[in-house]
Amino acid sequence: MFSKTQTVWLTIFFGCFVVFLYGPVLSIILLAFQGPEGGLTFPMRGVSLHWFEELWRGLGVVDISRALRRSLLLGVLVMIFTVVLSLCAGLAFRKKFRGSGLLFYLTIASLIIPSIAISLGIALQFRLLDETIKWLGQTLDIQWIVNDFQTSMGLIASGLGTHLTWTLPFGLLIMFAVFNRFNPSYEEAARDLGATPWQTFWGVVFPLIAPALVGVALFGFTLSYDELARSSQALGAVNTLPLELRGLTTTVTNPSIYALGAVTTGVSFLVIGLSLALFWVLRRKTGTGQ
Amino acid sequence: MARQNSSSILALPFASVLATFFILPLILVVVVSFWDYTEYSLIPDLILMNYEELFYGCFDWSEGLCTTFATYLSTFKYVFLTWFFTLGIGFGVALYLVFCVRSLKMQIVLFLICTIPFWTSNVIRMISWIPLLGRNGIVNTSLMSMGVIDQPIEWLLYSGFSVTLGFVHLYTLFMVVPIFNSMAKIDRSLIEAAKDSGASAWQIITNIIIPLSRSGIMIGSIFVITIVVGDFITIGVLGGQQIASVGKIIYVEMSYLQFPAAAANAVVLVSITLLMVAAMMRIVNVRKEL
Repeated sequence: MFSKTQTVWLTIFFGCFVVFLYGPVLSIILLAFQGPEGGLTFPMRGVSLHWFEELWRGLGVVDISRALRRSLLLGVLVMIFTVVLSLCAGLAFRKKFRGSGLLFYLTIASLIIPSIAISLGIALQFRLLDETIKWLGQTLDIQWIVNDFQTSMGLIASGLGTHLTWTLPFGLLIMFAVFNRFNPSYEEAARDLGATPWQTFWGVVFPLIAPALVGVALFGFTLSYDELARSSQALGAVNTLPLELRGLTTTVTNPSIYALGAVTTGVSFLVIGLSLALFWVLRRKTGTGQ
Repeated sequence: MARQNSSSILALPFASVLATFFILPLILVVVVSFWDYTEYSLIPDLILMNYEELFYGCFDWSEGLCTTFATYLSTFKYVFLTWFFTLGIGFGVALYLVFCVRSLKMQIVLFLICTIPFWTSNVIRMISWIPLLGRNGIVNTSLMSMGVIDQPIEWLLYSGFSVTLGFVHLYTLFMVVPIFNSMAKIDRSLIEAAKDSGASAWQIITNIIIPLSRSGIMIGSIFVITIVVGDFITIGVLGGQQIASVGKIIYVEMSYLQFPAAAANAVVLVSITLLMVAAMMRIVNVRKEL
């Protein structure tokens, strides 16, 4: 529909958009490899791994490697829960069930309600839970609660729940997109040939939707690994990597923060690359994936 | 009947996670917004004090705009600017991907190039503007060496400009994906027919493509608007703690443990967000678009 010159202009526009998208991140990755005299801006002063060594030694009081391990652990847990729960819910939504409309709107709401309100709600929820536990401990005179109990908030309790409110909607929407395009005649054929529902699922449906599940897993992990807005008040005393990183933006004034940025971006790219590779392999296995 | 039951059981884990970590926290936010509080404790009550304090002086126009209205005005300024630019850029990018890229393989590759940054850390993407926009950043130094300016421009970083730029950088993808999705469904013969009847590219865009990608535009807008309206992180990191936003007020109140005040603020924010979304949903049926 476009003339040659119009196409050229749109191509240039798209090229500028890609530069806008990637340029800044590339620039901090580049600056992370500066020599020891390097500062926060260009021009680069020398090339070295100095700032990565600095990062390895630790940035002040913040324990980066523990934060990284926490983020990875939470990311993997969120990924597993997101895949399993979205898959089950996606299968349920193939037929109308009581409350399906309500659940759909709740899912959308979980995506669009401002994160700060959810973070506040979860902080309140666990604060009130803590107070109840402490009160119970005192009235029933349970020693370990009176002496040791601090908070029920934490990575696996409030952290996992908070992240799932963000990743599950994406998971379910992907499942909708998959099943809307899914051809039910394969299943019918399997059923006609006498397969049990269990056999039909694992032998026919699962291999066909496996590539999409890799996509759900990718969303589950990366959205959790980078999540910040909802976690900000919902994790209690522990911090994940994005939270530490945000704190460091105001305290660290040398390129070691860029080195940290390069490392986390590296982790993200590794995960994205592995997922895409797995996606293509699975798709090839099932023919065209149609 | 039995089949109906098995469907709803599959959706149960998904639904219970949302009930525990989304619905219950939001109900608590509403309840606690009517509570009283002291410096270190929450007092169950049924008072309107938090709302009265929130809107204190707001209906006395002689004093000028009250803090709450001024904050909402500032927030909506960024919502509008971000919406405007992400829509323009996102539409252009989708237009290029759908109508200028011929091969499907190339389309997928370019689409992925647009999507990959979404799976990387938002904080890193915010920080990455610092070496470019800072006082001694690449923009200032190159403009100075070219002789365009003789002093660094101060408003590039930690300003309304950098906040808007950051938002556009982070969230244009949320426009690209849904608009791409609805544009790809447009029947090409419509465009051929228009072209044969002598329509210009501009006429095709305004008379065919925009009306037919309306639902994608709407979904993208809902995403962008609801994310920016509650933001406190981008505004914090790129606004240099100078710019007010509703999300930031809630965040600050939470860090001073003024939970009921934060809750009242959150109730107002969530209500406004839901009203806006409800108005936009009237125009489009989200579920049909997946």
